[in-house]
Amino acid sequence: MADKIAFELVSPDHLLISEDVDMIVIPGGEGDFGVLVGHQPMISTVRPGILEVEKAGAENRRIFVNGGFAEITGDRCAVMTEEAVPVEELDRANLEQRIKDAEEDIQEARSDLERHLIDLKLATLRETLQVV
Amino acid sequence: MASLKDLRTRIGTVKSTQKITRAMQMVAASKLRRAQDAVEAARPYAQRMERMLGSLGSSMAEQEGAPPLLVGTGKDETHLLVVATGERGLCGAFNSSIARAARADIRKLQAEGKKVKVLCVGRKGRDVLRREYNDLIIDTIELTGIRRLAFTDAQPIAVEILDLFEAGEFDVCTLYFNAFKSVISQVLTRRQLIPASLPDVDDQCGPDLGDAIYDYEPDEEEILVELLPRNLRVQVYQALLENAASEQGARMSAMDNATRNAGDMIDKLTLNYNRTRQAQITSELIEIISGAEAL
Repeated sequence: MADKIAFELVSPDHLLISEDVDMIVIPGGEGDFGVLVGHQPMISTVRPGILEVEKAGAENRRIFVNGGFAEITGDRCAVMTEEAVPVEELDRANLEQRIKDAEEDIQEARSDLERHLIDLKLATLRETLQVV
Repeated sequence: MASLKDLRTRIGTVKSTQKITRAMQMVAASKLRRAQDAVEAARPYAQRMERMLGSLGSSMAEQEGAPPLLVGTGKDETHLLVVATGERGLCGAFNSSIARAARADIRKLQAEGKKVKVLCVGRKGRDVLRREYNDLIIDTIELTGIRRLAFTDAQPIAVEILDLFEAGEFDVCTLYFNAFKSVISQVLTRRQLIPASLPDVDDQCGPDLGDAIYDYEPDEEEILVELLPRNLRVQVYQALLENAASEQGARMSAMDNATRNAGDMIDKLTLNYNRTRQAQITSELIEIISGAEAL
């Protein structure tokens, strides 16, 4: 128990995962990072990308998250996302549609910051598409 | 006095009405259960969001250059009232209580010389407010045809609010809805969306958090820029869910009352029917007997 971290994956509709795991790899806004128990408390943005959950005795799970936030407090890690889909269930057409949407968004972006954010999103979406 | 036939038809009518109200009550009851589950399921997300916003927002609010979504425009001139009601009637005072509160506040704000704009969510609220304040309603978002409220249904509302805010159309935004307390009690709630009302940080942090000092990545400001619109969406979504549960609850108790009233009515009419029938028989007998005596 002591070497496990309580991990929660929540979306607005419901609590998707709530269990003790060994490590979570989060696609943070400034790069991927792994979270183990005893991590420094922190709040980070999450970009759209693949979240990895590692648990001893079980296969690693890979879940696509559509951006959000991660809150980490030593023995707990909560990831809030508006959408989460296990990688196996992802479908190519859907991703391609998202990329198209993002490309349109970037045309309409009003500020540099916004453009920058969408650009990041676009990059990960493309990256994810490669994986699938 | 009504004839026997009239009474019989009336009893028949009331009975079929009762059947309808009873069916509606049962439908509302099962919908209520689903709506309640949805409210429960959405709670963890909203709670965490609130906690994060609480710890972030309080440290940012005093600084200069804080996002306007958090601190507002610094003015208090134009108010946007987002009035969320149901799409259907026959649910007791559910819709009218929201509309009444909105109307009272419009009047109050106007008396203070403020400008008011109204964004209606749901048909029923618009129908009521249109009579008096048609020129204040800038738009109506209908939710007809949605069986199960999903997060994406809250999106257009939040987007519209954010667009209006960015266009400088209003300074303060308040959301009106009924919070679900129990089947018989729904609490009218006004929630200020912009500037964001911050939860009290002190009683939000559980003991496990203590006074944990967070690292922020990228930095507080950037997180807030992302967090605030999302928070708005979640708040709208939650309000819609609460509203849906309240509506079903209100309908359930309204229909329960209607069924009971119909039952009372049937009892009364049946009594009346029997009396009339007896009276008729008696008078017929008297006629026969007095006829026989006269012979």
